[in-house]
Amino acid sequence: MQPPTARGALSEAVIGALTGSGRQIRPEDQAALDVEAVRAEVRRRAAATGNGAADPLRDDDLQLALWTCYELHYRGFDGVDSGWEWDPELLAVRRELEAVVEADLRRRTTDWVDAALEDRGDLAERMFTLTGSFEGPPVAAYVQRDAGLAELREFMVHRSLVTLKEADPQSWVIPRLVGGPKATLVELQYDEYGGGHAERVHQTLFGDSLEACGLDRAYGAYIDHVPGSTLAVSNTMSLLGLHRRLAPAAMGHFGAFEASSSLPCRKYAGGIRRLNLPEAVAAYFDEHVEADAVHEQLALRSICGGLVEQDPGCEREVLFGAATCLFVDAVAGEQMLTAWQQSRSSLTIPLAKEVVA
Amino acid sequence: MSAPRDRSHLTVVRDPARGPVEVTPCPDGPLLVRGAETVRDEEGDAHEVTRPVVAVCACGKSQRKPWCDGTHKVIPKR
Repeated sequence: MQPPTARGALSEAVIGALTGSGRQIRPEDQAALDVEAVRAEVRRRAAATGNGAADPLRDDDLQLALWTCYELHYRGFDGVDSGWEWDPELLAVRRELEAVVEADLRRRTTDWVDAALEDRGDLAERMFTLTGSFEGPPVAAYVQRDAGLAELREFMVHRSLVTLKEADPQSWVIPRLVGGPKATLVELQYDEYGGGHAERVHQTLFGDSLEACGLDRAYGAYIDHVPGSTLAVSNTMSLLGLHRRLAPAAMGHFGAFEASSSLPCRKYAGGIRRLNLPEAVAAYFDEHVEADAVHEQLALRSICGGLVEQDPGCEREVLFGAATCLFVDAVAGEQMLTAWQQSRSSLTIPLAKEVVA
Repeated sequence: MSAPRDRSHLTVVRDPARGPVEVTPCPDGPLLVRGAETVRDEEGDAHEVTRPVVAVCACGKSQRKPWCDGTHKVIPKR
């Protein structure tokens, strides 16, 4: 994957350091990354967030800088030395970016977390209530009934950010779990990764869906097209997945993600068929109607429920992760839907018009 | 808790490679089935099990029977 195009001071600092204005540089050659300058800029934005003047989840530049830092842990970039993954200066920058995002997420999800903590029933039941009662923007209903082909393709592009690495952010958590939750997470991931069949890996199924609607299936192909709020959906998973401290929140996030998937996926598949797109486009969503009806039970009952049984003190963190999933997804969905309702593209760079094969 | 439901239509065929079949009912939700090779629906048609655990519809409202499709979440609890 090519490194993305910078969208402001923070992403310029990070991407500029990695690419050294086009030539490959190694971390030990640095001087390229001015940590203090980044730190000052992040703190300026954090202060603006505190008084409501800025929204880190919609900050294209900040989210792109963070996404670029995280991507070094997944597949990296063409021409960028892999040593950057553990470069202390870059990690210091990542930490600054993460701190402002995590603080914002905690602040904005408090009410849902408190309500779920006070609710009755076992944890799984309360998490089903939380996901069922959370009023997000009606993206799935819009795709099902109203979306045109151009909007459907934009939806696929937004979705590609997390789906082409589907299940990977949760795999970081496996070594941090023990006993029942670990066994169940692996059982679930085995399904996500195709149960031993390469063609059934969910990432691959989504690639097939992209291709069938005339889009590029290459990992990271649309990174310059998506807004900060969509990058934030991906970044939140990486944030929770990469920190052992946040393992319970990562599993809460996963549970809410699975529990808010099968019903919407049925609607997405309905919209795809309404638009007469090839069956291969709908196949990914059909698979998820069924798979996620299993996964939500496993994730909420055996993984989240099991974690809280092992350590009752982690319940708040599990619920924080769940609320975060729903909230971040709602912010991204809202921005997408608002653009469509105003008859404009929801992408930062609209797609070239293409005829579906 | 919901009342017990009639699951007499459900036939599960064991996958010999996977040990005993294990069925776990979820409150107000599907039956989780591990270790099955096929699940037969009400019409007697066998459906191949292609994932480590499958969720079999227990509310009767799924549009992808015998599999659960999450519909139980939007119907009033019994």
